[in-house]
Amino acid sequence: MTSYLITGVAPLGGDPTDILLADGVIAAMGSDAAREALARDDVVTVAGAGLVALPGLVDTHAHLREPGREDAETVETGSRAAALGGYTAVHAMANTDPVADTAGVVEQVFRLGQAAGWVDVHPVGAVSVGLKGEHLAELGAMAGSAARVRMFSDDGACVHDPVLMRRALEYVKAFDGVIAQHAQDPKLTQGAQMHEGVVSSELGLTGWPAVAEESIIARDVLLAEHVGSRLHVLHVSTAGSVEIIRWAKSRGIAVTAEVTPHHLRLTDEYVRSYDPVFKVNPPLRTAADVEAVRQGLADGTIDVVGTDHAPHADEDKDCEWAAGANGMLGLQTALSVVQETMVDTGRMSWADVARVMSGKPAEIGRVADQGRPLAVGEPANVTLVDPNATRTIHRDELASRARNTPYAGMVLPGAVVATFLRGRATVLDGALNR
Amino acid sequence: MKHLLSAADLSLAEALTILDTAESMAQTQSRQMKKLPTLRGRSVVNLFFEDSTRTRISFEAAAKRLSADVINFSAKGSSVSKGESLKDTAQTLNAMGIDAVVIRHHASGAPHRLAETDWIDVPIINAGDGTHQHPTQALLDAFTMRRYLCGARDGAPAADGTTLEGLTVAIVGDILHSRVVRSNVDLLHTLGAEVVIVGPPTLIPVGAQTWKARISYDLDEVIRVDRPDAVMTLRVQRERMSGAGGGYFPSPQEYTRAYGLDAERLAALQDHAIVMHPGPMNRGLEISAAAADSPRSTVLQQVANGVFVRMAVLYLLLASDEGLEA
Repeated sequence: MTSYLITGVAPLGGDPTDILLADGVIAAMGSDAAREALARDDVVTVAGAGLVALPGLVDTHAHLREPGREDAETVETGSRAAALGGYTAVHAMANTDPVADTAGVVEQVFRLGQAAGWVDVHPVGAVSVGLKGEHLAELGAMAGSAARVRMFSDDGACVHDPVLMRRALEYVKAFDGVIAQHAQDPKLTQGAQMHEGVVSSELGLTGWPAVAEESIIARDVLLAEHVGSRLHVLHVSTAGSVEIIRWAKSRGIAVTAEVTPHHLRLTDEYVRSYDPVFKVNPPLRTAADVEAVRQGLADGTIDVVGTDHAPHADEDKDCEWAAGANGMLGLQTALSVVQETMVDTGRMSWADVARVMSGKPAEIGRVADQGRPLAVGEPANVTLVDPNATRTIHRDELASRARNTPYAGMVLPGAVVATFLRGRATVLDGALNR
Repeated sequence: MKHLLSAADLSLAEALTILDTAESMAQTQSRQMKKLPTLRGRSVVNLFFEDSTRTRISFEAAAKRLSADVINFSAKGSSVSKGESLKDTAQTLNAMGIDAVVIRHHASGAPHRLAETDWIDVPIINAGDGTHQHPTQALLDAFTMRRYLCGARDGAPAADGTTLEGLTVAIVGDILHSRVVRSNVDLLHTLGAEVVIVGPPTLIPVGAQTWKARISYDLDEVIRVDRPDAVMTLRVQRERMSGAGGGYFPSPQEYTRAYGLDAERLAALQDHAIVMHPGPMNRGLEISAAAADSPRSTVLQQVANGVFVRMAVLYLLLASDEGLEA
């Protein structure tokens, strides 16, 4: 197996050093690295000057669409996008067709991920049978399967029945699982098309009020407290949600929260174009909400950045707004958006980025060999990013099968130069490396 | 301007150009021979994804009186869930070489998509999109107000350049779901009128505080204090009385008591004030028969004026070198 000597790279943006990746682990760092590399055959040197080394990124939230919508994405194409985006592990959401609500489906997705080999694919299991919110799916069977599922979610739909939510939270304690909630009161959002506020009132689009998210989060943190379970809140999008989670954490409730890159970067003003590429659920919110989720991410109220990578075929986006599907691509642009909104603004360090995009996501998903520190003996899951690069996003140049990026034509900072999965380079010089 | 998508896009000069041109069109329509050769050889498609006999016929009459060929395309019942339908239809029409599209669609923003995508490249005229805009309705309403509330106030043609400066217009009813009100607020503001929107709080959108209109929940107070020159009542759809949460208001009776334009409220209006309605009316709900049939009512004049305004829009977008630029 090829070993990699990365020279002069800045771990977490700190002082430059050398890192040797060999035998699937970080074999040496500092002055030892070059010396140990000499003792080995088949060593490739990677010039790391000017680059930042991060632990391989871990996504808590991606839609890989397989099985069922292979016209939009497959595990293979989504994994490629993930590797190019600096990821070494992704959680694949359960809203496939068939739904990932049995051991059979989660094992299928897990094996497709292994066969693709670009990143570790950790299937998320559905909370309820068919995502219908009526009966618990066989959570224990999924947890005990080869896929070792620990995160369960009906994402795309909310577990709105409070009794079912309580049962789910309690049940997964048996195997240290977590319920990842898509917080959306279905009745308050019937027919909803965009954030309810000034812009929706002008555009004549049915509103998705912030309270529909916040009321579910408020209920769920209280349920989690009552039964002593772990709750993870997906795609927090409103200022009010951040406040509720901050309060819950101050009470010691075991809640974690996620924000998406697009909720850090885009507002409902983009909807004025009526271009469904900006249609997403939860919807793009106001500038005040964007500021609140940035603040929440910076101060630790929000634990992780999850992409909510949601590929959709052209025919589901090249249409009128009401007919458009919800969701946008995210895996290949997430790190750049976090750099632009959080690092380049001075709100977070690269060590913070490693925490919110690698360490915490692995911890929430109970993925033991990911999200580890950059230290000798740790698994060689490493991402190299050039923070001084800039790139223009082109919808036809992304690895995903679908093209629904909201950033087309925008210039974003930062570029992933290399990604290593257990010492194997999945990306080198910014390109896939087989 | 190549398209007419939203009343908010119209500058004062552009709005006056359309209204003045509509007066010129109106003059030609008092002749026995109403047909003008202006758009001979041009074809206009009425692309209606939603039922609206009145608006379609009005556009059809306008186009035909300008000698255009009119193709009516009714896609009633076509599902929103398959978005290809709008794109495919637009591309099909483009391939057939038509010259303009008049579109009515249940999805807010559908005309914008036609105008901004590469699906089709002809002038797009919004004939009502979802709960967003219905700019020709606002134009015909303004045209009517110029005739009945400005100058001699007798319905005679308005002088070129007449604005609505100094007038107060109350728009009453289902503000939340109304494209008529959104277009009217934009255009009336541009033309210098004050607008008060009135309705139960459940039917006023969150966010409307930023509109160029005042908000009131009390029609009687508006009539007494604001002394409106025009009261425009909006149709209240029966389906607003059911659905999520059991409906937007408790009962039709309660709605009528608070917001219906009944004989008593009619009598409280200023002498010169007019009563408007975009039609079709629910007599006995938002408007009483007394108001609908009173001499103050301009409901039928609005219908007649709609043809003049639509002739003007078609002319300016298709035949005039200046387009809508004033």
